[in-house]
Amino acid sequence: MIPAPFDYHRPGTLDEAIGLLVRYQDDARVLAGGMSLLPTLKLRLGSFGHLVDISRIAALEYVKEEKGVVRIGAGTRQCVLERSELITTRFPVLADALPLIADPLVRNRSTIGGNLANGDPSNDHPAIAIALGAELVARGPKGERTIPASRFYKDLFVTELKAGEILAEIRIPLPPPRSGSAYRKLKRKTGDYAVAAVAVQLTLGASGAIERAGIALTNVAPTPLEAVGAQKVLVGKVADDKAIAEAARLAAKAASPSADRRGSVEYKKEMVRVLAGRALKAALERAEA
Amino acid sequence: MKHKISVTVNGAVREAEVESRLLLVHLIREVFRMTGTHIGCDTSHCGVCTVRLDGEPVKSCTVLAVQADGRSVDTVEGLEQGGKLHPMQEAFTEKHALQCGFCTPGMLMTTSALLERNRNPSEQQIRQAISGNLCRCTGYLNIVKAVQHAAEKMRAA
Repeated sequence: MIPAPFDYHRPGTLDEAIGLLVRYQDDARVLAGGMSLLPTLKLRLGSFGHLVDISRIAALEYVKEEKGVVRIGAGTRQCVLERSELITTRFPVLADALPLIADPLVRNRSTIGGNLANGDPSNDHPAIAIALGAELVARGPKGERTIPASRFYKDLFVTELKAGEILAEIRIPLPPPRSGSAYRKLKRKTGDYAVAAVAVQLTLGASGAIERAGIALTNVAPTPLEAVGAQKVLVGKVADDKAIAEAARLAAKAASPSADRRGSVEYKKEMVRVLAGRALKAALERAEA
Repeated sequence: MKHKISVTVNGAVREAEVESRLLLVHLIREVFRMTGTHIGCDTSHCGVCTVRLDGEPVKSCTVLAVQADGRSVDTVEGLEQGGKLHPMQEAFTEKHALQCGFCTPGMLMTTSALLERNRNPSEQQIRQAISGNLCRCTGYLNIVKAVQHAAEKMRAA
């Protein structure tokens, strides 16, 4: 399969890349790892006149900790995150999820920024970013703006990013002490998208009650989905089996999956309930450890 | 739009003029005429097109040729050095790790990269490393044995 013709651009800086996006508008698309875009072009599901390759902009590749926030350059590849001690020790949810994203060869190319910015509800990073309370930094012709991950996703493949804007950085607050996170994903085989997956981060207060709950769902709605009801029911409560079961039930209720070859609507909602229960328990154990 | 590119293929600098949309696997097979790298699913699932880009195994059906400009690409043809097979190639023959052989070039590129990163991988780590390479003969058992065998040989060398 061969993509329809396009022009390839390799800007050396982010500003140059933004300039190209401004010049070509809707006819341009950012090429990061290419693990979604190139298959889309090859299958002729989409076509763009101009690809703006940001994968050689070294300034977009970093993982650093600063003032209680971990900042990840959007061009950082999944394989680099997988090997980052900072990432895997401070964010167990990412340690859980990274080895389950696509396959190792794809993770050698695929970037966290591409995974987040594509707006594909079957991607794993959006739900994780929402559960962790992350902020996404967009750079465009008018400068920089910060968007909470929970408000980034508008519709299927539609995000807050405006024409000319590029996702430049992901900012994740370091979780306070007595926090724990987890990702539980059901998939049919390596390389497949999730049937359903649930990202959780819990923070416990001094009394042992839950102070903050971040819960978000992958691939069970047109967008990544924050399970707001499930979060609310947990805050202020001691996470016993009953509270976890109720939160898991509410997470499943929030899901609005469509039936496809991965399963029926009922099956997927039930899987959300099961996975949410498991993710909550794992996060709780980690918070208490 | 055409691009003049320069790629170091198995250690030798090669130049080409390519269309933006040319895929790396087509550059390797059709422009450079090296057909050791196979095309299978052509949708970045099966891994038979695996080559190493600046040392890292990637699926060359899902990389543009122009993206390899100024970088090194290693293919299965480069494993043999001075008439001597790579220890992984030897191990594949000794442990009967190939049946039809179609997945073998990709398997060799992925597993030789693994051993450079991890000299003593566990069975689980080997299985995870090759999880993006499909063997439709389902000969995984002997592939895993071959990787273990090659690891032993390379540690002893």
